[in-house]
Amino acid sequence: MDKTNRPIVLEAKGLTKRFPGVLANDNINLKLHQGEILALLGENGAGKSTLMNMLYGLYTPTEGEIWIKGEKVELSNPGEAIDRGVGMVHQHFQLVPPMTVAENVMLGSEITSGGGRLNMRQAIRNVRELSEQYGLAVDPTAVIEDLPVGTQQRVEIIKALYRHADILILDEPTAVLTPQEANELFRIMRDLTAQNVSIIFITHKLKEVLAVADRIGVLRSGQMVGTAMPEDSTETSLAEMMVGRNVILRVEKSASKPGQPVLQIQNLHVHDDRGHAAVEGVDLEVFAGEILGIAGVEGNGQRELVEALTGLRHIDAGKIRIDGQDTTHFSPRQITELGVAHIPEDREKHGLVMPYTLSDNMVLNRYFKAPYAKGLIMHHDKIDENGKVLVKEYDVRPPNVHALAQNLSGGNKQKVIVAREFSSPTKLLVAAQPTRGIDVGSIEFIHKEIVAQRDHGVAVLVVSAELDEVLGLADRVAVMFDGRVVKILPIAEATRERVGLLMAGSDA
Amino acid sequence: MTTAAMAKAKSRGDYVRIVGLIFGGIVLLGIIYGYITNPVTTTAVLASTLRQSTPLVLGALCGLIGERSGIINIGIEGQMLMAAFIAFLANVYTGNLFVAVLAGLATGAVLGGFLAFMSVTLKMDQIIGGTVINILALGLTSFFYQTGLTTQGKLQAIALGPLAEIPLIGPVFFDNPPITYATLILVMVVHYVLFYTRWGLRTRAVGEHPSAADTVGINVYKMRYINVIIGGSIAGLAGAYLTLEAVGSFERAMTNGRGFVALAVMIFGKYTPFGAWGAALLFGFAVALQTQLQFSGRLEIPHQFIGMLPYVLTIVVLAGFVGRTRVPAAVGKPYEKE
Repeated sequence: MDKTNRPIVLEAKGLTKRFPGVLANDNINLKLHQGEILALLGENGAGKSTLMNMLYGLYTPTEGEIWIKGEKVELSNPGEAIDRGVGMVHQHFQLVPPMTVAENVMLGSEITSGGGRLNMRQAIRNVRELSEQYGLAVDPTAVIEDLPVGTQQRVEIIKALYRHADILILDEPTAVLTPQEANELFRIMRDLTAQNVSIIFITHKLKEVLAVADRIGVLRSGQMVGTAMPEDSTETSLAEMMVGRNVILRVEKSASKPGQPVLQIQNLHVHDDRGHAAVEGVDLEVFAGEILGIAGVEGNGQRELVEALTGLRHIDAGKIRIDGQDTTHFSPRQITELGVAHIPEDREKHGLVMPYTLSDNMVLNRYFKAPYAKGLIMHHDKIDENGKVLVKEYDVRPPNVHALAQNLSGGNKQKVIVAREFSSPTKLLVAAQPTRGIDVGSIEFIHKEIVAQRDHGVAVLVVSAELDEVLGLADRVAVMFDGRVVKILPIAEATRERVGLLMAGSDA
Repeated sequence: MTTAAMAKAKSRGDYVRIVGLIFGGIVLLGIIYGYITNPVTTTAVLASTLRQSTPLVLGALCGLIGERSGIINIGIEGQMLMAAFIAFLANVYTGNLFVAVLAGLATGAVLGGFLAFMSVTLKMDQIIGGTVINILALGLTSFFYQTGLTTQGKLQAIALGPLAEIPLIGPVFFDNPPITYATLILVMVVHYVLFYTRWGLRTRAVGEHPSAADTVGINVYKMRYINVIIGGSIAGLAGAYLTLEAVGSFERAMTNGRGFVALAVMIFGKYTPFGAWGAALLFGFAVALQTQLQFSGRLEIPHQFIGMLPYVLTIVVLAGFVGRTRVPAAVGKPYEKE
């Protein structure tokens, strides 16, 4: 719906933010109308967060003006933005886990009765009123850490409304939600706008933008490259604006030709860092020449499953066989030596050594072998040679093997890991969140490489929180919920709706 | 958390409560039995328990105020020792016990400010920061202490009228010197402030999730500074207790590890003031008991072994409880604004 004739509640005029050596935002103009949902689309690193942080008072603009409700403002901290009715729901929730909903909501703007004593009863009443007024079901006395993420997000929205926010900034709010929870969020967003709350919705998911936005702004390398109305747009047209060239959103692949089973998991039990059972009796088989995708909301045991089968986590019970060998109690190196490639979920923590050079990072799985080492002596010339070949082959930028891993962008870091893992003989590839937080161009590249591995007869296990990624890559889809594989579907039967319901724990 | 996990957690809470009740019952029966068979010794041991526990409670309160806001204070020992020394000097040179107590409080606060400066502003490793304070305090007090200084009196017990006449309870609770009374009040005050006021809510938020506090406009650095400084002054009160109330003079390294025992007390007490008080009573009892056992001379064990009792208890408690209590999530991590 066109709401551009309504009053403007927030306006950015020529906003520019310069960090040392980087122009993060370049002369950005943006208007938000009352009761409007403005989707802000852009890849990671396009400058969305910088822009929002300026509107929320976390950064001071280098140049340009911010106008809120017809008044020019200078925001030097979030408190001043809050006072003017701007509320922000951060991508990483800003909630204190062991405290209750009501405590979290009032934190910083507490209701007190004489001598700083907290008036919990009043706070609980206020939260209840807000949740009724805006249809945000939540129990004010529940403790945050016991609540599902979808509910935690509602608490974040209530937190903003409690501070009388009528301009809401939602930063990648659907990243942690199931498709059903996301739909519930969209309903909430529409209810809010019906009561004249205006929303800026930041995302890189094209489907969502088309589903919920009144208007779309697209950011690319720090510039506002255009605005569009959802009714005139398609996913492809938006993707082109976002990336600046033609992109293929669908993964192109032929039908799989599965061979022998490579990975066999029987009744696997694993616990998480806190000692709770995380994987509770998983059975899985992955065959040579196929991609098995694991779908599921994060925190349902996927991480622990991957860590168990790559030797990083102790296995409580059950059996893992790789290529016929019992690897249940193998060390990570023994497993690697069998021909297992691993793209870990957290590339900066488990994938790379950040202060090492690219050439060193590219031999982390084989530095101890010839030709890279002989006995105790490392051969740096061979290591650099290997690095140079891979940097070229995988188009890593900057193409300098002596650059430090920490100075690369997310997409290029991921390419270094992919280059290292794919360049040694592989029978099984375990890829956890292989394209998280990287640009569309790199996603395209990595997806192609994964499919190429499959076509070479590698068994591939892909774990991803992005449902579209699983559905695009996989030949079979396994859905994990609460530590179990609740269903395995051939890709032809795995519709978004069906998998979404399974991810939420209902039996479809 | 699944409902099953919640049920498990709840039943674990019940289990702890039942064990606590049984333990409390045994202690109560033991006291009654002791009082019937030997009233004088029982009263003496219990009164001594309360006084021995005083510096431990204060030390633990100092620790928990800091840790609840996210700062580990391993320098309690040093803060106590330095405060004990300054309070002693103030007593020697002014003869005014009130001024001496204030000097102790101020010394603790200054060292608290120093710790906050190192860990909040300089973002130093907090364990190193605390160790700096401990070494500094031991070195400075040992260097400047001269033998032969005489104090001008110490804090005397004040009997609270008829309350002090109640058998057993009177002499134990209502016939104490001022810092011991102050400690009992402080336990209640800190509990109230921590769990029922705005300040407490903010303190706990800063210690659990500082960026959540920051995004709603709470100044994380300021909260941490003030908490650690207040904590320091409470440790200073513990130091003043040692020289002005318990002993009446200063000795080299007279804190004798109490600052570290206080940390064990804090952990055993699950970072709550009343928990710390209960835990400190247990340690105080161990100290009182070993003194009584050595004094009576009835046991054939060498006195060094009896003297170990409180420290053995510390090791047992730490081995059994560290890792089981829930530690404030952000403790020990310097906060970096985004």
